[in-house]
Amino acid sequence: MSQADLTMQGHSTAAMAEPTFSVPAKKMAMWLFIIADTATFAGCLVAYGFIRNSTPDWPRPFHSITNVALMTFILLTSSLTMLIGVRSAQKDDKASAFRWTMITALGGILFAALHIREWMGMIGEGATLFHNPWGTPLFGSLFFSITGLHLLHVTGGVIALIAVGIRYKGGRYRADDLEITGLYWHFVDLVWMFVVPLIYLLNLAH
Amino acid sequence: MTTVAEHKSGGMGKDVIVYLCLLVLAAIQFFIAYQSIVAAQMLVRMMAVAVVEAGLALLFFMHLSENRGLKWFVLIFTVAVILGMQYGWTDSYRLVNGAPWAK
Repeated sequence: MSQADLTMQGHSTAAMAEPTFSVPAKKMAMWLFIIADTATFAGCLVAYGFIRNSTPDWPRPFHSITNVALMTFILLTSSLTMLIGVRSAQKDDKASAFRWTMITALGGILFAALHIREWMGMIGEGATLFHNPWGTPLFGSLFFSITGLHLLHVTGGVIALIAVGIRYKGGRYRADDLEITGLYWHFVDLVWMFVVPLIYLLNLAH
Repeated sequence: MTTVAEHKSGGMGKDVIVYLCLLVLAAIQFFIAYQSIVAAQMLVRMMAVAVVEAGLALLFFMHLSENRGLKWFVLIFTVAVILGMQYGWTDSYRLVNGAPWAK
């Protein structure tokens, strides 16, 4: 048997191999990224919990939940609009899929804008990455680091949604690609469900 | 009439119901924040709600319920990593309550 025959055999075996958990490779890669990113966020939140727990007189600077409640509502709603977009793509309704994907991206932009407004308010009161007017400077470090990491994910998600949406509309990407981007977007939403109670609600001034 | 894909995953109606459940659960978290209870109890209640929220999002929005193998893979991996990170809590209590240099 020649080397070429062996190579051909190898390729055909690889091509016929069952995908892991019957999930396409691109989708599996996204799931692995999500698992890794979960560990990153979990590490940050556990470190925050450790420091908060071991620091006496941890500040509780938040007086209103209106902004964070609105941000939560927008992010949750954007997950639903993403689902509508993916379902439209699965039905091969390109115009609707593109429209709903862009609405989702708009939700992300609104969320980011409200997040920055929240940050500006905190900075206006004197809190920065290395300074905190209410006590331990670690509060500022953790607040801006964790919410900043989440904001970075939202920003990345918005860019991905716009890029994938445009390419899907142009016929370069398929419904699967939109679904994979949707997975990432739902993950960003999922992380927020833990960031809100730990960072905001537990530090509410009573 | 529903398509095969809609039938398989329950269609938009199911998504809207899950979305409404998530909104209600988020509202419960905000409600807990205004209860007059100690911080530890508040944390437990909020995290319990957050875990249910995350479960709903994973199972229905991310369609993990449709793939049994992947569901267990994600669950076991993630829970193992998160549990592994919990070893430091006792030390954080020691720092604030026990060790003289922490005073």
